[in-house]
Amino acid sequence: MTPIDTVLDQALTRVTDKVQATIPVDRQVRAAHLVKKAKRFAGLETPLVFTEEPIPDPADVPLTEIDLSNPFMNRQGKWYPYFARLRDEAPVHYLADSPFGPFWSITRYADIQAVDSNPKVFSAEPYIVLGQPPLEIEMFIAMDPPKHDVQRKAVQGVVAPRNLKEMEGLIRERVQEVLDSLPTDEPFDWVDRVSIEITGRMLATLLDFPYEQRRKLTYWSDTISGTAEGTGGTTHQDEMFAAGEELARSFVALWHDKAARRAAGEPDGFDLITLMQTSEDTKDLIKKPMEFLGNLTLLIVGGNDTTRNSMTGGVLALSQNPDQFEKLKADPSVIPNMVSEIIRWQTPLAYMRRVAKEDVHFGGQFIRKGDQVIMWYASGNRDERKFENPDAFLIDRPNARNHMSFGFGVHRCMGNRLAEMQLRILWEELLARFDRIDVVGEPEYVQSNFVKGYSKMMVQLTARSAPQESAEPAEEPAAA
Amino acid sequence: MGTITFVEYDGTTHEIELVDGSSLMQLATSNGVPGIDGDCGGEASCGTCHVIVDEAWAARTGTRSEEESQMIEMSPECAPNSRLACQITATPDLDGLTVRLPEFQM
Ligand code: FES
Repeated sequence: MTPIDTVLDQALTRVTDKVQATIPVDRQVRAAHLVKKAKRFAGLETPLVFTEEPIPDPADVPLTEIDLSNPFMNRQGKWYPYFARLRDEAPVHYLADSPFGPFWSITRYADIQAVDSNPKVFSAEPYIVLGQPPLEIEMFIAMDPPKHDVQRKAVQGVVAPRNLKEMEGLIRERVQEVLDSLPTDEPFDWVDRVSIEITGRMLATLLDFPYEQRRKLTYWSDTISGTAEGTGGTTHQDEMFAAGEELARSFVALWHDKAARRAAGEPDGFDLITLMQTSEDTKDLIKKPMEFLGNLTLLIVGGNDTTRNSMTGGVLALSQNPDQFEKLKADPSVIPNMVSEIIRWQTPLAYMRRVAKEDVHFGGQFIRKGDQVIMWYASGNRDERKFENPDAFLIDRPNARNHMSFGFGVHRCMGNRLAEMQLRILWEELLARFDRIDVVGEPEYVQSNFVKGYSKMMVQLTARSAPQESAEPAEEPAAA
Repeated sequence: MGTITFVEYDGTTHEIELVDGSSLMQLATSNGVPGIDGDCGGEASCGTCHVIVDEAWAARTGTRSEEESQMIEMSPECAPNSRLACQITATPDLDGLTVRLPEFQM
């Protein structure tokens, strides 16, 4: 860079920072929305719309036309057979044309691990989804080192195992409350009453967000991660922007409210906002609104879809494999291993995207600088080269912990221990209460090429016939 | 042919027989040392085999690579001699080595 460029660059950064710091973040979101709308009216951009059509069997499609980005793959039960074909015939596969542009699909375990561990060549910027999310926010999951490391370190303490130990009792209480409110011997929607409810309560606790409004967190998360442009979902752009604006306003208010309460002498809690306000690196984050918004969105979305769909997936897997449920009841000490197996089997986020920073030979193919590279975790977790009998759900699978749902390398999921703990507690408490958990009817699936999730799953519970040893002592029989 | 000692955070020690050519992560997981998970199978890409090498041994085990640093430095318990156990290969030269475990793996 010439000196004059540097000067200009610095001046520009100063101006941008100033604008970022002085214009309220919800207004910035609104401004971005207006720009998008204007482009749409001017015909410069057309919103994507997906219509469901039956997906053919993988054997009937030419290799070069296989499109894993179809947001109905999961709903129609087609992803796994397509993954299997690609792993065998084209493990580093190029699709020249898709609604999300051309992209490479990496489907074998070892290849995905290699890409994920090489942030120098495969960049996580600027997004980690296939499409282009309409709202550009900054989050460290989509940043490369060294910027990534600084931002991540600043917020990850809240889910550090030391804090989790403090939180375990609270999490268990919340799970117990939810489970104790469930009906037995009559069908109800597991997704709504258990998975969403528990995840929402946890997120509200982590963020010290008003408890009665916790469903808003779920709504924002679903809406923001569900645009057609980003993941092939059903959210309209306008709705997404409205949600982003509301989220931004709420969290700015939450931040200021927290600061005021702390200034008034309220003791520090174990919530994320307090943690950010007391850490040197993040105490002024509110002055960088897009970054502030990005990090909060990341924590909400990251803690939402993932745990929720593993909570549903585990019940589905055990219901489809009654022998495994019997095994579990006979030996509950297998729960931690089963939790890993559930996360492998479900893989709540199907992939992460990278972009090649340079031309590179990989897996016998030539990937060009700028190409999108999709690491299909959902496929790596079913790779027969790594997992014996990979489609089977085995709660005592010896290498279940080697699943790749958390990713590898610098972007490895920072909430991994929290997720494991929530699922472990859920299963401990379920076993203490119920003899059977039957899925009644076909589950309904989320429309997305990114989130591997459920929108509805009807379940019927049967209470334990014999009280458990650790349970409350039975009531004294009434005196004759 | 020698031993390597793993010290858990609470002070419990595990003296493990040294197998030439094995990584410390493999030695720990195959001998049931609690607190070493080895989730990525030894590819320096999960950070769940974090150990802290005794000062006196640092010269012989060598120091961590840039790749290792990227994983370990994200842990709040990262110490100057923190290493990934999967990246240290046991050799007869390491007979008598002691490594400590952090309180938690991330
Ligand atoms: S086993 Fe994963 S980093 Fe060592």
